[in-house]
Amino acid sequence: MTMKERITASFKEFGLPRLIITGFLVLLLIIAPFVGSDLPTQISNIINRFSWNGILVLAMVPMVHSGCGLNFGLPLGIISGLLGATLSIELGFTGGLSFLMAIIIATPFALVFGALYGWLLKKIKGGEMMIATYVGFSSVSLMCMMWLVLPYHSPNMVWGLAGKGLRTTISLEGYFDQALAGIAQINIGNISIPTGTLLFFALLAFAIWAFLHTRTGTAMTAVGSNPKFAKAAGINVDWIRMLSVIMSTWLAAIGILVYEQGFGFIQLYMAPFYMALPAVSAILIGGASVNKASIMNVIVGTILFQGIVTMTPTVMNNIIHMDMSEVIRIIASMGMILFALTRKTEASR
Amino acid sequence: METNGAPLLKMQGIKKDFFGNQVLADINLELKAGEVLGLCGENGAGKSTLMKILFGATDIAETGGYEGDIYLDGQKVSFSTPFEAIEAGIGMVHQEFSLIPGFDATENILLNREPEKYNFISEIFGDRLNTLDRGAMDERAREAVDKMGVAIDRHMMINTMPVGHKQFTEIARELSKEQLRLLILDEPTAVLTEREAVALLDSIKSMSERGISVIFITHRLQEILTVCDTVAVMRDGVLVECVPSSETSITQITKRMVGREMNASTSQREIRNTEDSKTVLKIEKLWVDMPGETVRNVSLDVKEGEILGIGGLAGQGKLGIPNGIMGLYEAGGRVEFDGKEIPLNSPRVCLDSSFAFVSEDRRGVGLLLDESLEWNVAFPAMQIQNKFLKKYLGGLINWRDEKAIREVTEKYIDELQIKCTSSKQNAKELSGGNQQKVCLAKAFALEPRLLFVSEPTRGIDVGAKALVLEALRRFNRESGVTVVMVSSELEELRQICDRIAIVSGGRISGILPADSTTEDFGTLMLMGVI
Repeated sequence: MTMKERITASFKEFGLPRLIITGFLVLLLIIAPFVGSDLPTQISNIINRFSWNGILVLAMVPMVHSGCGLNFGLPLGIISGLLGATLSIELGFTGGLSFLMAIIIATPFALVFGALYGWLLKKIKGGEMMIATYVGFSSVSLMCMMWLVLPYHSPNMVWGLAGKGLRTTISLEGYFDQALAGIAQINIGNISIPTGTLLFFALLAFAIWAFLHTRTGTAMTAVGSNPKFAKAAGINVDWIRMLSVIMSTWLAAIGILVYEQGFGFIQLYMAPFYMALPAVSAILIGGASVNKASIMNVIVGTILFQGIVTMTPTVMNNIIHMDMSEVIRIIASMGMILFALTRKTEASR
Repeated sequence: METNGAPLLKMQGIKKDFFGNQVLADINLELKAGEVLGLCGENGAGKSTLMKILFGATDIAETGGYEGDIYLDGQKVSFSTPFEAIEAGIGMVHQEFSLIPGFDATENILLNREPEKYNFISEIFGDRLNTLDRGAMDERAREAVDKMGVAIDRHMMINTMPVGHKQFTEIARELSKEQLRLLILDEPTAVLTEREAVALLDSIKSMSERGISVIFITHRLQEILTVCDTVAVMRDGVLVECVPSSETSITQITKRMVGREMNASTSQREIRNTEDSKTVLKIEKLWVDMPGETVRNVSLDVKEGEILGIGGLAGQGKLGIPNGIMGLYEAGGRVEFDGKEIPLNSPRVCLDSSFAFVSEDRRGVGLLLDESLEWNVAFPAMQIQNKFLKKYLGGLINWRDEKAIREVTEKYIDELQIKCTSSKQNAKELSGGNQQKVCLAKAFALEPRLLFVSEPTRGIDVGAKALVLEALRRFNRESGVTVVMVSSELEELRQICDRIAIVSGGRISGILPADSTTEDFGTLMLMGVI
């Protein structure tokens, strides 16, 4: 194989859509210093956003492998995480311990919600992604009421005047703000690297990778690849799918806690509503198809998606000298989602 | 009956292959106006493909077209869509009904060819808003039904009709086309009761008197002799015989259909008498609800160490037997293996009892098309028998042993001569024959005591066929595995089986030693056909 062939082959494997996006991202990074935005700040922005969002994207992997499609029901897992976070604070835990407790409390919620969600998906094989979307939406709406009604009392979380009902945004200062990011954080000039968060992501990514190499993990991939084959090989297809849904939901719960510790706030009410789409887009941009996804797809996809979403508004703002970063952010992220969904491919049966 | 004059249809040197797999070889056929041609042959003999070519089915063009020429009235034609064929006067009645359930017979007969009335809205907005001329429609439908000669209720909804009447509605639809000169009937009597079938045969006769030629495909040979002027028999893509029906008999047609005279290699090979062996698998009153292959009541004993063949025509239920026992379709009855009862509808228990199954649906059930050969070969053995795993933390973690998987895959690649670039190649990239070998390797890797093989040579070329059969025979002889092989090709069953059971109408119509004559098998096959 000549050098040229080898390069063409590796480009082919990387895929045209990813090449285009990578090219665009590189272009933005090159333009940035010329229009007056600070490149190191931007880079550390991308790294930070990667560390916040990585696990939410990772949560897509189990369900994709078992053939349940992309987990548009991500908000359900996110709600489990939010319950864990708020209860941990309500129970009076502070600092790093509150993060650990949030994970511990969120886990049973994620398992129960995941099991119910998996049971629902079992009933509607074939239309998983559509149903999942509405499972996500309706669970968010239900929780909008619950956040108001549930008997939370912690003064840091409830509305000041009424003394009950959770606020839309809750600051995590004194609780688990930067709980992971603060661990062994590296600061060089304007670049700051949240080592702890990255390591935590790496740990979970490794766990998923390892799981997919076990007997059960292999069965999960086979169920996604050809459920009839799996059934003929004696696999309990429904159970494997259920397991994948529970895993996805739990990862989403952990994912949102990691997101919050980086971001510094808990966002309630309608915030989880739109959290599935960026994660779905990221993994699609990373090169996953509806029933094939690897850890590499997660990493590449998250970097590209978050890179574009962070860089575009900054660069554009600086070019047109007007503050419309929010508008551009929405245009860029929705555009990316649209682009990713057009790239959606299904493997052959 | 007008049978002289220039032929209406002439097919010359028709050849067709699907991806290098020859299904039709040099077919020459002539049909005069008003002539009725009976076309018979086992399933897979190429009848449907030939008719698809004639009717311009789109999948023919999509798979690379065909060779040879078709002449209609002396003019060369080549249809790329069924619409062109209909335009030229060819009609086809399919086995599956293409009728709209919620419409009545008249509406279905004239669908999209309704007589129309103009009204003032359509004057403005165009023909699409014309109203239907119900009176004229009724008249046209009545003519078509009269032409057919069988009385059906023209105003009955399709979904409330008995199946036979649905079939007649389809035929009436074809007859209502004025340009119709050649009608293809693909197993029309399969769903009819005896009386309806007689009515249909009369109707074919009356069509022929009106100068419409008919190609009539059926498994009921008596019907062919009753109604056809000429009988054409196909086998393995070759037209083996085309004679006037007065010069042939059911025995002769059967013989031509199922195979050549016994050749030296089959008659000399060893056929073991297994009567005295122990019964290893006992099937009692098995029913299986497999669409298109319903098993009604099968009782069968399989002897230890034998190769038992299960044959029969398509749709009679032979495929349902292994699929039902292995739990892939809803089944009932009693299955005993080695004196222990095996619960039905549970694939896992069957596999744990060391059964293995090579499905006839290679791409649907048999393979993980998007995964490597390694996965395909090792997966069931890994899941069921915990092979090819490394254990960590006292068995808590079962890690895939890639090295062991590669070794076993390479072993079978060598043994079965699977043509591939490496054991990492995806299964979908292999040819049909090699995919089939992978399916066998998958079953062999389970080291079963009882192996079900379903249609192991379907859609693969002659060379691969021989290899697959040889691999099965060797596996049986060397490992002492009992093999139950289901196949529509009697000839290959006779090549490797010890005994052959013939399934007809969802029941076993008889079990014969493999060296019985083709006539005997043929008789059994057609005995209980429904």
